[in-house]
Amino acid sequence: MKEILSGSLLLMGSLFILLSAVGILRMPDLYTRMSATTKASTLGIGLVLIGTILYWQDFGIASRAIAIIVFLFLTAPVAAHVIGRAAYLGKVPLWEKTHIDEFKKSVEPPETGSSTPE
Amino acid sequence: MNFMEWATQISVIVIGLSILIIFLRLIVGPSIEDRIVALDLLSANAIAFIAVYSIQKNTTTFLDVGIILALLAFLSTVAFAFYLGRRVKQ
Repeated sequence: MKEILSGSLLLMGSLFILLSAVGILRMPDLYTRMSATTKASTLGIGLVLIGTILYWQDFGIASRAIAIIVFLFLTAPVAAHVIGRAAYLGKVPLWEKTHIDEFKKSVEPPETGSSTPE
Repeated sequence: MNFMEWATQISVIVIGLSILIIFLRLIVGPSIEDRIVALDLLSANAIAFIAVYSIQKNTTTFLDVGIILALLAFLSTVAFAFYLGRRVKQ
C-alpha cells in the first residue's frame, strides 16, 4: 500500500516535470514560458518529494524534504518575478498576440499635456 | 521487479528526457533570460532526480545535496537578474 502510494506520487511528479519541459520548449515567448515552468516544476518537485517522504517514513528525511519543498515554494515566484522584471526592462519582445500589458503604464507614464483638453 | 522499482525506473527516464528537452531550450534560447530560466529549471530537475535516485539506490545522504542545490539555484537566478538590471541602466 505504502509502495503503491509513493510510486504513483513519483510518477505523477515526473509527469508534471515533463509537462514543464514541454512548456519551456513549445511556448511562444519568455513570459508564457516562465508561467508554464514555475508552476509545473514546483508542483512536480513537491509531488516527487512527498513520494520520497512516504517511501522512507523517517523523521530526518521528512524534515529535509519539507525544507526543500517550503524553500522552493517560497523562492520560485520571487525568482520568476525578478527575471520577468529584468527581461521586460531589458526589452525582451512579447508575443505578438499579447493584448494586455499593464506594466507598460508604470514604466512609461503617458506624456502630460499632449492629450488633456484645454 | 516490484512496483516501486518500476516506478523509479520510469521516473528516472522521464526526468532525464525532460532534462534533455530543457538543454535544447538552453542552446536555442533567443535571449539571455531564456537561458537563465532554463538553468533554473535544470537545477529544479536535478533536485527531483536526486530524490528519485535516493530511493533507487537506497541511500539517504543525497537529500542534503538537494537543499544546497535549491539554495544555489535561487541565489544564482537573483544574481543574474541583478546584473541584467544593471546592464539595462547603463
